[in-house]
Amino acid sequence: MNVPFEKVLEKKESYFKYLRLDKLPTIWCPGCGIGQALKATCMALYDLGIDNDQVAMVSGIGCSSRTPGYFDGFTLHTTHGRALAFATGLKLFKPELTTIVFTGDGDCFAIGGNHFIHAARRNIDVTVVMINNWIYGMTHGQVSPTTPLGSQTTTTPGGNYEPNFDVAELAKAAGATYVARGTAYHVTELKKLIQDGIKHKGFSFIEVLSPCTIIYGRKNRMTFEEMYMWLKENTIPVKAWEKLPEEKRAGKLPRGVLYHDDSRPEYTEVYWNRVKQLSGGEK
Amino acid sequence: MAKLELKYGNHACAEAAILAGCRFYAGYPITPSSEIAERMAELLPRHGGAFIQMEDEIASMAAIVGASFAGAKAMTATSGPGFSLKQENLGYAFMVEAPCVVVNVQRGGPSTGLPTQIGQQEIMQSLWGTHGDKLIPVFYPGNVQEIMEETIRAFNWAERLRTPVVLLLDEVLGHMRETVDMEQFTPDKVEIWNRKMPDVPPEEYLPYKPGEDDVPAIAPYGTPGYRGHATGLHHDYTGFPTTNPEMCEELIERLIRKVKRNQPEMEKNEEYKLDDAEVAIVAFGTTARAAKTAVDMAREKGIKAGLLRVVTIWPSPEETLNKLAKHVNAILVPELNMGQYVLEVERCAKGEAPVYRLNRANGKVIYPAEILSKLEEIVKARV
Repeated sequence: MNVPFEKVLEKKESYFKYLRLDKLPTIWCPGCGIGQALKATCMALYDLGIDNDQVAMVSGIGCSSRTPGYFDGFTLHTTHGRALAFATGLKLFKPELTTIVFTGDGDCFAIGGNHFIHAARRNIDVTVVMINNWIYGMTHGQVSPTTPLGSQTTTTPGGNYEPNFDVAELAKAAGATYVARGTAYHVTELKKLIQDGIKHKGFSFIEVLSPCTIIYGRKNRMTFEEMYMWLKENTIPVKAWEKLPEEKRAGKLPRGVLYHDDSRPEYTEVYWNRVKQLSGGEK
Repeated sequence: MAKLELKYGNHACAEAAILAGCRFYAGYPITPSSEIAERMAELLPRHGGAFIQMEDEIASMAAIVGASFAGAKAMTATSGPGFSLKQENLGYAFMVEAPCVVVNVQRGGPSTGLPTQIGQQEIMQSLWGTHGDKLIPVFYPGNVQEIMEETIRAFNWAERLRTPVVLLLDEVLGHMRETVDMEQFTPDKVEIWNRKMPDVPPEEYLPYKPGEDDVPAIAPYGTPGYRGHATGLHHDYTGFPTTNPEMCEELIERLIRKVKRNQPEMEKNEEYKLDDAEVAIVAFGTTARAAKTAVDMAREKGIKAGLLRVVTIWPSPEETLNKLAKHVNAILVPELNMGQYVLEVERCAKGEAPVYRLNRANGKVIYPAEILSKLEEIVKARV
């Protein structure tokens, strides 16, 4: 069903207050999942009752990094891979701002990998929404650190031969205290995952499996429908996953909250408490 | 009354930053600048500011821009290889107009080069290091007292023009202990400039609309109602990307003009015995100290030498250099590189006087006697 854009705007949904409606429609291709992730983020903020003036959104470079342009908050579209480093400075100086980083698999885990593991290690209260579409979309289809083995990309003719990251495990190992995986197909669930991530005081990482229909789909001969059906059929709620015998797990991924630890102190809180002791709290 | 204190160059830089209002520092260990970070780590928490040692040089530059957007006066310090790594985000800071100060304590290069020894090889990189056109203020003090003055001046210009400012030191200056008269640095005597704030209601707020001074008034992130967008892409008054050629041209021209038009006010030089000079030395930083002694030595031998010590390296003192070239018979530019600022001096001299060079890039300073013999050589050749 093809709903005209004007009709969508007429619905005046509650979460629209977080969108820069005058900047729509987005630059994203038909079928891309980034819009769903933005929508889920807006819905999460609405339900949490966080005002636009309380949110900073930071991104790097790539398709997913165009998200802040459509988000009506304090937004910073920075350099490739460095969003978390910019966000660290912003959050440390103004901890009162809810800080969300929108990033992608290349931005976050190739060029930005170092910043990712260190932000996770510090357990700084930033929520990372990482759009994993298995490819560099904006530059038209090169292999990324999450491209599955065998997938076609423009820089791996004949199929990808490099092993990929399990980014959720990587986040956990690096010290993230909230790790979740959602998909662009399960938007209501994704909203809940992002909402819990924002609520969590510490480093939250939400991997969003999101089809790159036009680039990845075309290269790998998958249609829009097939890509979304793949997400539906091959991701399994974490509770069911835990009961699943090992042999049935092959080729499938758990989704939901994969790791949550509330016991570790948050970075900016630790820092500013030290400052309070030393200076009497004056800024 | 003078209030004399013996100060270490890198510590002086950190202490002056606090005086200037710096409340955010992000850095990464690198010789010979690490003492600035160490001093900031002690001072900032006591002054209610934030210090963070980042995972790398790129992240440090990014973090100060992030904090700057949150309203902080922010600084990082580095040296050679670290300065190279910071270039992309330095260009970003220039493009999004984030006030910040980047200190580069120069060592010998290229590459890892001579980490513990002096160099003056980033004269050009400080201006041209990032891709794309750029003009930013670059200040280069010549003693520890001046390190304090120039650090404060760097913060002031950064805030007033909403631009990154590079403060060049060198290994010798950074690691030198010298007497500083602290009288002029009592808080009530230090002149502080702050970035301007929007003077329109939120509904009329255009973050990148410049004022008469070519500087936009961008509200610190978190200011209720004044939400906005910043991007390294070419952008219009709203801060959103554009490829409109008129708008792109206006932006890049304004970014350069806003610094250039302030060149006369920003210019700072020390003139030493230039009035009757027949041959002039143009120098900066540690090399200018040797040059000053060389002038005295030359005068004892009957050579009418003088020194123009340039403190505001960029934008360069074009007119002053041109006038100097008209006034003297020859100019000598000694510098600890293979010939960088000499190109600018030649450009500004416009052929009015021959420009000679004295270069060294082996980690050692140039001694006064070496400058003197070069002066004697020049005088001999000109007679």
